[in-house]
Amino acid sequence: MSTELTAKDFTTTQEVRWCPGCGDYAILKSVTRALADAGASPESTAFISGIGCAARFPYYVESYGFHTIHGRAPAIATGLKLANPELDVWVVSGDGDALSIGGNHLMHALRRNVGLKILLFNNEIYGLTKGQYSPTSRVGTVSPSSPAGSVDMPVSPGQFALGSGARFFARAVDADKEGLSEVLQGAHAFAGASLTEIFQNCIVYNKDVFASFTDRKDASKMQLRLKHGEPMLFGDNAKKGIRFNKDTFALEVIEVKSSPEDVLVHDETNEVVARLLIDLQEPVALGILFRKPAQSFECAFYGLHPSEMKRSRSVAEFLRGASSWTVSPENS
Amino acid sequence: MDSIAVRIAGDSGDGIQLMGTRFAVSTALTGADFATFPDYPAEIRAPAGSLFGVSAYQINLGSGTITTAGDSPDVLVAFNPAALKVSLPLLERGALIIINNDSFTARNLARAGYKQDPREDGTLEDFQCVTADISRLNLESIKVFGLSKSDGDRCKNFWALGVLLWMFERDLASVEDWIRRRLDNQTKIRNANIAALHAGHAYGENTELSASVPRYDIRKSEMPPGEYRSVTGAEALALGIAAAGELADRPVMFCSYPITPSSPLLHRLALLGETGVGTFQAEDEIAAVCAAIGASYGGMIGVTSSSGPGIALKAEAIGLAVSAELPLVIVNWQRGGPSTGLPTKTEQSDLFQAVYGRNGDTPLPVLAAASSEDCFNIAVESVRIALRHMTPVILLVDGYLSNASEPWKIPDISALEPIEHHPAPAPCKDQDAQRQAFRRDENSFGRPWIVPGMEGLMHRIGGLEKDIETGHISYDPANHQQMTDLRQAKVDCVANYIPAQSLECGADHGDLVVVGWGSTYGPIYQATIETGVSFVHLRNINPLPVNLGELLGRFDTVLVPEMNNGQLAALLREKLCLQTVSFPKVSGQPFRISELVDRIESLKKEGK
Ligand code: SF4
Repeated sequence: MSTELTAKDFTTTQEVRWCPGCGDYAILKSVTRALADAGASPESTAFISGIGCAARFPYYVESYGFHTIHGRAPAIATGLKLANPELDVWVVSGDGDALSIGGNHLMHALRRNVGLKILLFNNEIYGLTKGQYSPTSRVGTVSPSSPAGSVDMPVSPGQFALGSGARFFARAVDADKEGLSEVLQGAHAFAGASLTEIFQNCIVYNKDVFASFTDRKDASKMQLRLKHGEPMLFGDNAKKGIRFNKDTFALEVIEVKSSPEDVLVHDETNEVVARLLIDLQEPVALGILFRKPAQSFECAFYGLHPSEMKRSRSVAEFLRGASSWTVSPENS
Repeated sequence: MDSIAVRIAGDSGDGIQLMGTRFAVSTALTGADFATFPDYPAEIRAPAGSLFGVSAYQINLGSGTITTAGDSPDVLVAFNPAALKVSLPLLERGALIIINNDSFTARNLARAGYKQDPREDGTLEDFQCVTADISRLNLESIKVFGLSKSDGDRCKNFWALGVLLWMFERDLASVEDWIRRRLDNQTKIRNANIAALHAGHAYGENTELSASVPRYDIRKSEMPPGEYRSVTGAEALALGIAAAGELADRPVMFCSYPITPSSPLLHRLALLGETGVGTFQAEDEIAAVCAAIGASYGGMIGVTSSSGPGIALKAEAIGLAVSAELPLVIVNWQRGGPSTGLPTKTEQSDLFQAVYGRNGDTPLPVLAAASSEDCFNIAVESVRIALRHMTPVILLVDGYLSNASEPWKIPDISALEPIEHHPAPAPCKDQDAQRQAFRRDENSFGRPWIVPGMEGLMHRIGGLEKDIETGHISYDPANHQQMTDLRQAKVDCVANYIPAQSLECGADHGDLVVVGWGSTYGPIYQATIETGVSFVHLRNINPLPVNLGELLGRFDTVLVPEMNNGQLAALLREKLCLQTVSFPKVSGQPFRISELVDRIESLKKEGK
């Protein structure tokens, strides 16, 4: 491609069918812009999705797209990536799709480190099936299938990812253009499996469930925006910081003025701290919480394959097996 | 002697399958025809001496055409009382039984449910019985190697193989070579096994055995000239899949999850990397079929394999491949059901599952392998159909063929037709790619295989119903009817590309025709030859060959023996509006020729 592409070049003419005001619109915009900014080429990009509101995503991106079945997108994407490691393969999924019916495939895609950019649209609810509680819903979520409130403990996408051996975990808020595009760029450039959790507002069934930290007025004191190599500061005028408490083995919020030297510096390769950051409630950690590259599955696969999936010998050479014998016309 | 059947039976830890396989390979090298039936328990090491833990390997060899492992063994090698007890009902009077004396202890007799020692109470009166202290003689023969008792005892299968090879006047060299190669880096164990083999052979030669045991000299079979090898179903299928990749000039991505008895195919394909084959062991059955679909979407030939329970798990994804019009081959090594059923026993009870077992109206082509060697050709045919019509194809193989071997005339790959698909069109402008992706061939209804990475052809596919022309999501009622009709027409039209049904033997009209499918080919062939009735064998289950209805209509009675509760019989009734007589057998064991002959004879009588 000679000319530079814009977000518009990554947009199809399909009518977008999410509910008006759904957080997915903002995500779609940020993704198409991120693709354009990263210099991605539409023909080398594929979006694979499962089932759910988020799974409509591929229809709206001008690239290759495959809207598959519930929970299985990471498995299909793995096959695609093995068939053509040169492709940019994105997986678009929701909390039900990725962590309930498809939890197994997500776990294995992450631990294998398949070069997939997995986007998890987390809205803590089942949207497409009309509002039942999901595996990320908080205990007590009242829904048509849990009229007295849900009783199951929610799964933490970040802990799930790191527990599975993920090498990249990031978080962003749907409407936060800047924060989202930053993690999308990071995910795009990452060679292995990346999981990006996007807090997505389902305005119909779980409106404002993340408002406590996504509301603009509280954002600065409720969001810890992480940058590799920079101190973990937040709050008005960055007056607060995060410190590691050696007695409790936990992170805690401190006033920076009193002990600036105690503020942790974000090291995105530190898995122990990443796990603590995932669980932090006030503030909520956003950005790239953990990034520690390792050889991707497809690289290892092609590296070990005797002929890099090419045909270097004809099957004819293998037909004989260990031993063979000949029946000649005269002795038959 | 025309043919002779040998059955080796013992504990699952006795190395029976290994001994049987080596004997089969040695048989192959003599040029005799043969067929084998490995019959082993689901337990890896079942409790020693138990009836359910008996592992057996049967081989039928001869100078004529051999198509089954034999109804009734002429020679039985019984390593313990349980093996004797389980095998005895199969034997006819006069059969030769070789018994390992050392295992006939009070404990083992009790475990096998013998109140008295069958060697002494007249149980074996009608048979020719040879007893040898196999365990003791084996251990003595390898004493010099200083192995532990348990390691040493493991050589006894080769000791017994030595005796068998002596009986059949075979050369030890090929087996010895194999041991050398196999145990290359375990000098002591390797040498002990070789010594045991020779000791067994010498025992036959030098002892009283030579007086009491007949020696068998099976001549070469009259096979057409050419180069032959011994092949199992898994080996032939693996080579067939690799050959299909070569014929289509596309890499093959084989994705599967370990399951009995499908795993040998995965193991075989893992050794064929250089032919452009990749293997991916997925996290589960669903991921396996999904990864294969992903690979097909990416331009490789996606193949997955399992047995009934795993195929059930794959059903939704197979439907996706039907909807998205992607090529895919699904191999089902059929084992006993329902549920976990009989993992190591053979059956043909997944025919309905293959033809009907998906949500929605979701037709797809179904083929079935007739024998181990047929696995090669049918794999090529399956891929050919998948690519031509852009459809998933299910290939049914009866479970035991995975490990059952027979002679195979090594094919000439260069003589096989290349495998074609509909190539991608030129890059196009704007939204036209979406249409191009679904511009189907008017004869085969296959769409072009456009894969991600191709310039100017970006389009979206999925499992939602799509517009027949644009491929966009469509909930239009008339369009759904059209798409449903299209999917059916696509599978129906496969019949235009497959050979017309022919007869395996017998007249082309008459009182009785026997219709078979899968591995029952062997016993039905023999039974129909013996009784002089006609035989039609199906390799294409869906769609059926176009002339089948007319062909079968020329007979008064259509007998359908199958290793299930009458599934093909019902399918033929439904598809051809034909009366069929079902002859089901669901015991986890193949048909015996004699039971087929009996059924045919009684039907003949009824007909009169
Ligand atoms: S139901 Fe919720 S998630 Fe789904 S489209 Fe509507 S607002 Fe968005």
